[in-house]
Amino acid sequence: MIEVRNLHKTFGSGAKKVIAVDGVSFVARDGEITGLLGPNGAGKTTTLRCLYTLMRPDSGQVLVDGVDAAADPLAVRRNLGVLPDARGLYKRLTARENIAYFGRLHGLDEATIRARSDAAIRALEMEDIAERRTEGFSQGQRVKTAIARALVHDPKNVILDEPTNGLDVMATRAMRAFLKQLKGEGRCVLFSSHIMQEVAALCDRIVVIARGRVVADESPDALRAQTGEANLEDAFVRLIGSDEGLAA
Amino acid sequence: MKSALIVFLKEVRENLRDKRTVVNTLVTGPLMGPLLFVLLINTLVSRELEKAEAPLKLPVIGAEHAPNLIEALRQQRIEIQPGPADAERAVRDQDADVVLRIPPRYAESWNQGEPAQVELVFDESQRDAQSAVRRLQGALEGYAQRTGALRLLARGLSPAVMKPVVIAERDQSTPQSRSGQMFGILPYFFILGALIGGMALAIDTTAGERERQSLEPLLANPVPRSQILAGKLATTTAFSMTTVLLSMVAFGIASRFLPTDKLGMDLHLGLDFVLRGLFVMLPLAALLAGLQTMVAAFAKSYREAQTWLGLLTFVPAIPTMLLTVLPFKPQTWMYAVPLMGQQVALTRFLRGETVNSDALVLCFVCTTLAALLVYFVTSRIYRSERLAISA
Ligand SMILES: Nc1ncnc2c1ncn2[C@@H]1O[C@H](COP(=O)(O)OP(=O)(O)OP(=O)(O)O)[C@@H](O)[C@H]1O
Ligand SMILES: [Mg+2]
Repeated sequence: MIEVRNLHKTFGSGAKKVIAVDGVSFVARDGEITGLLGPNGAGKTTTLRCLYTLMRPDSGQVLVDGVDAAADPLAVRRNLGVLPDARGLYKRLTARENIAYFGRLHGLDEATIRARSDAAIRALEMEDIAERRTEGFSQGQRVKTAIARALVHDPKNVILDEPTNGLDVMATRAMRAFLKQLKGEGRCVLFSSHIMQEVAALCDRIVVIARGRVVADESPDALRAQTGEANLEDAFVRLIGSDEGLAA
Repeated sequence: MKSALIVFLKEVRENLRDKRTVVNTLVTGPLMGPLLFVLLINTLVSRELEKAEAPLKLPVIGAEHAPNLIEALRQQRIEIQPGPADAERAVRDQDADVVLRIPPRYAESWNQGEPAQVELVFDESQRDAQSAVRRLQGALEGYAQRTGALRLLARGLSPAVMKPVVIAERDQSTPQSRSGQMFGILPYFFILGALIGGMALAIDTTAGERERQSLEPLLANPVPRSQILAGKLATTTAFSMTTVLLSMVAFGIASRFLPTDKLGMDLHLGLDFVLRGLFVMLPLAALLAGLQTMVAAFAKSYREAQTWLGLLTFVPAIPTMLLTVLPFKPQTWMYAVPLMGQQVALTRFLRGETVNSDALVLCFVCTTLAALLVYFVTSRIYRSERLAISA
């Protein structure tokens, strides 16, 4: 479970000051998929970066399975699987070696790494590329490898920053199925997106954020009811107050 | 510690698969120094030897005014040639190293027992010409002294009255110390080797990792950043020490092809040198790796990091130049200064001198402390948010 309480984060100072996150609070529960929905520049990536302790929030609290991220960042990272916005691989290592590296950094033994890699490679249907060096991998192959290595330690909580970014229709469908599978395994899945349909199709809960603030935190149905719009996309536009940044 | 080791092993494996890094570490770094040096020494030595042995060709203006002098010069294996019309111009245009001009009044002055003047036209700044000038001066002075002694004898005086003080030169330099002087720039090549060997690694593990977007996922692992940094620094240090070791071996082999015996020089580049050299170079390699990583971590891109690190390679040239240009006596405090300590110690090792172990330990400890300091500063930079985010 991931709890975010009144998170604030600004960049720069003076005239160049940017308020990226301005009092964000929400809860992502186990066995649910929570979608962080917002237009470009809304503060999704920054919020997630505070969650996996890459950034320190100016104020506010992050709890992962009850552990305070500010107090024990290592424990928090141990309980998180992260697919960040940046998902570069080591191109001179094979996909399997990339996965194993992260497994070792998580303190897993070689047998466990082997078993988990095999399972992930099967689940993500990447048998054909597993032993290849990742140099020249397609976008989809890169994302698969990055996900496999992010989940090698079997984390209870999974954070993904725009996981379907750059994927074709088939890969996107596979990704959605995979997220559902993670949910079925009882994990807490939190992902960001700016694509309405995607969030609608997947999420148990939608946290809409715009200009660094949470403007709605509901189930898809409740969201429709709250805004009085039958169509989710219209609901979204009404919530963020403009239709800027709404790429489908 | 375990995480640092994991990072180290992964970096080594990954970088050994990178042709450019491997070529830098195993070939370019170690070989560039020795090659440059062999070329330099070979041309220097063979040119010197050529000049000393071959007859000196000397253009003379007014040879007919001093037949005896000319004859004496011929006996010194100086080949007299007709002089150019304009001596100054010939020297300026480097058509001649030196021109001897004998004025018409020479015979007259000679006969009257007055100092008879001859003129040497040369260009002091022309290094090539120096040995020719010195040889001619020697021959002329010898002739003058012999003639002077004869004149004194003719007047019934002992030539000894002209020499109230006699200088007997007792040169204390040994063949080793002369080679140490000449080879005083050798330590720079080893230090340069360390920098070249570590350069690609320092960039790859910081600016490079950020540029290919793999730093953020890496930092999402439950490992303190200081450990990740330690693993990366260990890799950089290992590669740069490999370069240093190989360049020592390369120098050892190259020195066999140097005509050092002809110069009466003795270079100590054996196993003993390698062992002691590696001992003083190890903490320096760690220090330089830390500096390179620090600089590369500040750089916004791979290219920028390359530029900065290129400039950094010139820093160790400073103590080298100071120590070769300024006359100095190795003093204990010098061992305490990183870079300078290695410079002094390596120079003395090359001369085959013993350096007492206190000085070596001082050198090792002080450089290690400096390396630790740089490590702490770099790990502070490594903790900053700015470092991880590629934008
Ligand atoms: N490292 C940084 N330095 C300065 N400003 C930043 C930094 N990171 C984010 N910002 C600013 O903070 C705001 C929120 O950015 P963020 O990346 O969190 O948005 P996002 O919701 O992820 O957008 P997108 O959908 O485009 O990925 C933006 O205005 C951005 O310019
Ligand atoms: Mg983003």
